[in-house]
Amino acid sequence: MEQGTNIIELKHITKTYKDGFSAVSDFNLEVKKGEFVTFLGPSGCGKTTTLRMIAGFDLPTEGEILLNGEPITALPPNERPINTVFQRYALFPHMNIYENIAFGLRQKKTPKSIIVKKVKKVLELVDLEGFEKRSIDTLSGGQQQRVAIARAVVNEPQILLLDEPLGALDLKMRKEMQLELKEMHKELGITFIYVTHDQEEALTMSDKIVVMAEGKMQQIGTPEDIYNEPANAFVADFIGDSNIFNGIMTGKLKARFCGGEFVCVDDVETGTHITAVVRPEDVVLTSPEKGKIRGIVTSVIFKGMHYEITVESGKNEIVAQSVNCAIVGEHVGVNVEPDNIHIMIAEDHTNIFAAEINKNNELAYNGTVLNVPLTNIIKGSREEDGVLFDASGSEIDLKKIRIKISIRPQDIEMTDEQEDGLVKGYISNLIYKGDHYSYVIHTDLEQDFVVDDEYLWNMDDQVGLLMPVEKMIFTVKK
Amino acid sequence: MIRKAWKSMIIILVLCFLYLPILVLAVYSFTDAANIGTVRGFSLHNYVTLFTTPELVQMIAGTVVLAFVSAFFATILGTLGAIGAFYSKKGMASVINTMNQVPVVNADVVTGFSICILLVVVFGISKDSFIPLVAGHVTLCAPFVFLSVVPKLKQMDSSIYEAALDLGATPFTALIKIVIPQIFPGIVSGFALAVTLSLDDYFVATYTKPATFDTISTYVVNATKGAQTTIKTALWALSTVIFLLVVLFALFMNIRAGKNGQERNGI
Repeated sequence: MEQGTNIIELKHITKTYKDGFSAVSDFNLEVKKGEFVTFLGPSGCGKTTTLRMIAGFDLPTEGEILLNGEPITALPPNERPINTVFQRYALFPHMNIYENIAFGLRQKKTPKSIIVKKVKKVLELVDLEGFEKRSIDTLSGGQQQRVAIARAVVNEPQILLLDEPLGALDLKMRKEMQLELKEMHKELGITFIYVTHDQEEALTMSDKIVVMAEGKMQQIGTPEDIYNEPANAFVADFIGDSNIFNGIMTGKLKARFCGGEFVCVDDVETGTHITAVVRPEDVVLTSPEKGKIRGIVTSVIFKGMHYEITVESGKNEIVAQSVNCAIVGEHVGVNVEPDNIHIMIAEDHTNIFAAEINKNNELAYNGTVLNVPLTNIIKGSREEDGVLFDASGSEIDLKKIRIKISIRPQDIEMTDEQEDGLVKGYISNLIYKGDHYSYVIHTDLEQDFVVDDEYLWNMDDQVGLLMPVEKMIFTVKK
Repeated sequence: MIRKAWKSMIIILVLCFLYLPILVLAVYSFTDAANIGTVRGFSLHNYVTLFTTPELVQMIAGTVVLAFVSAFFATILGTLGAIGAFYSKKGMASVINTMNQVPVVNADVVTGFSICILLVVVFGISKDSFIPLVAGHVTLCAPFVFLSVVPKLKQMDSSIYEAALDLGATPFTALIKIVIPQIFPGIVSGFALAVTLSLDDYFVATYTKPATFDTISTYVVNATKGAQTTIKTALWALSTVIFLLVVLFALFMNIRAGKNGQERNGI
């Protein structure tokens, strides 16, 4: 297999629907021959739409798709040397397995003797020897998936597209198929483009991962790059579990976040707003006097290989993974090695902080009830007699869900009347940004808020922060 | 116990109400009575008349041929319409669906009369050409074919059409080899429905048929008005035959559906 040539190139691909919704915007990608590329992102991020444009089912509104340097943007799907494995298999129910697999070859007028041979060979590849005469509905989900893969690869496509092919399988089956697909990729040497929302699947299988959100590429790189050096808070949050803190650089290789000052290895200019990412497995719990910051253990969950321990320090929540158990209510210290702190310059200073749920099932922050019903925040939920039910009708354990609030700096207002604010603090930093000042307010709850204001305030001014509920964006994490 | 007795009583009453009239007719068709009420001996002469009188045989054959021809065209039209609507954009699809509903609920008199006006009066097509009659019956049946195909399309995994294209099939091949086989049961039941609708129809036929041609319905209406007793009693036999055929057909369909259900359950 020759390496290094681009088999497919996507140039400035944009897909906008009639109602103005952009599923994909200005998407650029080059895929080399023989690579295993994964599009990873939450549902609705445009990954499937991008795949459908490569397959030819959808036409981009703007941009160009090149296959081996030739434009194929408007070529119908049946004329592209690209085959797809569909999410729900899309096998032809009225044909047996042989007919299903032979369908593509028949369209190319392949002689019968060759079809018989190729079908036999591909069935061996997917471990279904002798299944030719079986009908589709006698197969299990995993077997149907294998037939779907066989039906696509028998045509020897230049690119194989896989649209969440393992989504309908159970966990064990999925793990097996992941390895088999990886094997198959090596054996066949075909370029694979794989779509999934499962980050573990992406990390296990891919040569290259494209992380997508809201129709835009967030980061592209090897699984190691994406995991170790996330490009922004979204990627850090989406790939693996992360503790993400807003903070500020307080000196050379020194950053303050989460109520403590940490030594780090990323050289960022003093005074810069940053986002610090710490993986739970890198959080070290020690005795309170040895820790850089101190907190109280609020929950301990046994996860099989480790304990997931949540520590509350001021208003910050830190999730740690440890092989040693901890006791809820215990006072602990928290340390992080400089190596394990990943500092990103915050382009977008959106403040993200955790909300509380009080006894009356109301959303609150700093003891103030926020006027938003929980049923509005948790999609499809409803409340009956003080108990919350999700869309499928099962009870939601409010202790297990965490709600995060994001609010942009320009939506927060500072006031001298400290008690009017949702939270109070002092101005610990200010930078003039041309047409406004960007302030960092260090609150009584040991959090840093970034606030934009056109008027000049002084350093160390005591202020209250007014945060309108309608400007807040709520995200639910389980 | 008493409640159980009540239940069976009511069921028997309802069944009697439904089946007694046709049973009376069936019994009388095997007698030589000229009028209902006067019971005489057993006789097959009604059946002999039915199958030997050229006028009756021609009328029955004509009706059946008309039914199959109209059902054939209606099935093609209805199926294409359903597929078209299914793959149309949402707004367009609901427009087509609504427009298909109108002829279904519309009175047959209106359909028949308006087709007569349009084709015969406005376009000047002669009724003797059979075109208005066939056109009328196709119009009558096609919406019902549409309605029986649509659910099958909705049941179908819509990505199999894309899968066929993806494997190199042209849209036409994908339609013939993949989509049509999937919705075939719907097409067959649509065809059967179209045949029975055409056989049943009276109003459209009276307005559009050639003067010298009669369908069973129009013939029966005219014959019962007249005084020809041999023909009239032969029609009892015809009713019995039609009823028996319908029962057989219904049984066949039920057994087939039962079998398919079992297969799907993995037996």
